[in-house]
Amino acid sequence: MGKKEKQEFLVGVFDNESKLISAIETLRAKGLKIHDVYTPYPVHDLDVYLGFKRTRLARAAFLFGITGTTLAITMQSYMLGFAWPMIIGGKDHIAVPDFVPVTFELTVLCASLGMVATFLISNGLGPGKKALMFDPRSTDDKYVMAINLGKNSKFTKVEIEKMLLDNGVSEQPKTKEV
Amino acid sequence: MQMTSPVREPLVLRQIHDKNRKTTMHDVTNDICRQVEAAPNMRWMMALGISLIVLAYGSYTLYRTWFFGIGEWGLNKTVGWAWDITNFVWWVGIGHAGTLISAVLLLFRQKWRASINRSAEAMTIFAVLCAGSFILMHMGRPWLAHWALPLPNTYGSLWVNFNSPLVWDVFAISTYLTVSAVFWYVGLIPDLATIRERATNPISKFVYGILSFGWDGSTKTWARYEMVALVLAGLSTPLVLSVHTIVSFDFATSVIPGWHTTIFPPYFVAGAIFSGFAMVLTLMLITRYVFKLEPYITLTHIESMNKIILVTGSIVGIAYITEFFIAWYSGVPYEQYAFINRMFGPYWWAYWAMMSCNVISPQFFWFKGMRKNIYATFILSIVVNIGMWFERFVIIVTSLHRDYLPSSWVMFWPTYVDVGDYLFSFGFFFTCFFLFAKFLPVINMAEVKTILASSDEDASVHYADEDEKHSKESAH
Repeated sequence: MGKKEKQEFLVGVFDNESKLISAIETLRAKGLKIHDVYTPYPVHDLDVYLGFKRTRLARAAFLFGITGTTLAITMQSYMLGFAWPMIIGGKDHIAVPDFVPVTFELTVLCASLGMVATFLISNGLGPGKKALMFDPRSTDDKYVMAINLGKNSKFTKVEIEKMLLDNGVSEQPKTKEV
Repeated sequence: MQMTSPVREPLVLRQIHDKNRKTTMHDVTNDICRQVEAAPNMRWMMALGISLIVLAYGSYTLYRTWFFGIGEWGLNKTVGWAWDITNFVWWVGIGHAGTLISAVLLLFRQKWRASINRSAEAMTIFAVLCAGSFILMHMGRPWLAHWALPLPNTYGSLWVNFNSPLVWDVFAISTYLTVSAVFWYVGLIPDLATIRERATNPISKFVYGILSFGWDGSTKTWARYEMVALVLAGLSTPLVLSVHTIVSFDFATSVIPGWHTTIFPPYFVAGAIFSGFAMVLTLMLITRYVFKLEPYITLTHIESMNKIILVTGSIVGIAYITEFFIAWYSGVPYEQYAFINRMFGPYWWAYWAMMSCNVISPQFFWFKGMRKNIYATFILSIVVNIGMWFERFVIIVTSLHRDYLPSSWVMFWPTYVDVGDYLFSFGFFFTCFFLFAKFLPVINMAEVKTILASSDEDASVHYADEDEKHSKESAH
């Protein structure tokens, strides 16, 4: 990967969920672009307030599940029906009811593993990955809002700072280069 | 902060040392991270030491099992399945509570699960590993374990028999183990990031840095995380029901009197949840005491779990009675004999131990005083697990020991190797649990913070704006 140019962010810290949400609403109404908000727990509908797209992970899980179903049915039919057909308990070679448990288990297995893998990849998570932390307290009890100054050329830094201070940040906003 | 509601008791209590102060999010982080960050204390070292000694003894008998074969056990020509499969079913059953708490209660929006799901899920994983170890033990030649999987081979290819419940079980247990482990780990990532950010010592910063996968808690990450949790819960709910159903198929699809009954799947699932919750309570009460988690694991939690024990215990009781009725009603003398033999045959003591532990003892939980009594709960949780072990022993051994030919009638008595192998699983389970309790956060901090936030006074004003307006209007 090539070197990325450093970007300057203004970091606002909130100590209360409701102040955070009303600040997001006001700031976005004024035309400010919020880079992201980092929270210690999943704040309900925060992605909607920030205007992010809804996640499509559930659809991915469904597709992975269907793949598992297909795989299981194909595997069992091939193995017992074609590769080495045997009569077991007087049943058909391809005894569909008997294939249900394994088909179900493989569906669940593929859906879960596939979805979790998609989750990790789409978030850029993985063993040894470095986290980009604007403020470490966002994993404890603070709500951290990052505003990319480069993408908000409409406003000056001082203006944004004032907007944050007027909208319930609990401390003086800091600048951070990433 | 305290959850206040006219109909419900708070889910998170005030701080122990300062009753006037509500528990804040920072308190949650401190209280849960404390035992991860502190040096191991004496009590923990002793507990781990005892587990390791038990594990060492179990490893010796396990070595005998594998080196000399399963002839070291008390099995004979008639009773070919005894302690190993009893222990297997018992451990799988115990595992069920973790998934029930993490998945089914999530779907039912039972917020109280937040402070117990982490350790219950850990317990699930360790219990399923213990269960799996008995399968490997009974194989006699565990190095051929991969023969249970449909792998291409040089015998033809010769495939596994997908008509066999034992093969279904391989798929069910391994899927269950994998999905539970993944579900548990995904939930751990945000909390590991919290520990990473707090770590002062470079080794823990490095280790938790790797384990936390670079979690930053951004909006999108959390939104996706919630979706993953929801979908995994939706997948795990039928999965957990399927696992014990398939375990019961191991017996129900056979032709042994006492085994081939259609009631087995629901009866096994209820029994699994019953014993699982009992084990969760046993471990939780100890953890709560040792790590001073009283504000998080409250009497309300204990009471809720006792209610589940009462319900599932009663389902199990009804299942026992139904089995008897059907044996009589079927008019099949073999079936009738199998059940009379359970009650009054040479294993009568196992049967009555099962009945008193599983059917009578949970009835104490009809009384609120008993449900909220920690000592009674602790004792009964152990009694229930003894009873559930006997249930599996009764089903398996009493059905087998009377063969079709009276000349083959025998008794099964365990040898010290049987006992040692069972101890092995205990040693393994508790070693894993103690390591987990020391090095990983035993309570899901992020989820507990969610509960706190919904009771945040400002937030409730924000969210309940409409409600307030409405009530003011109606007051006028």
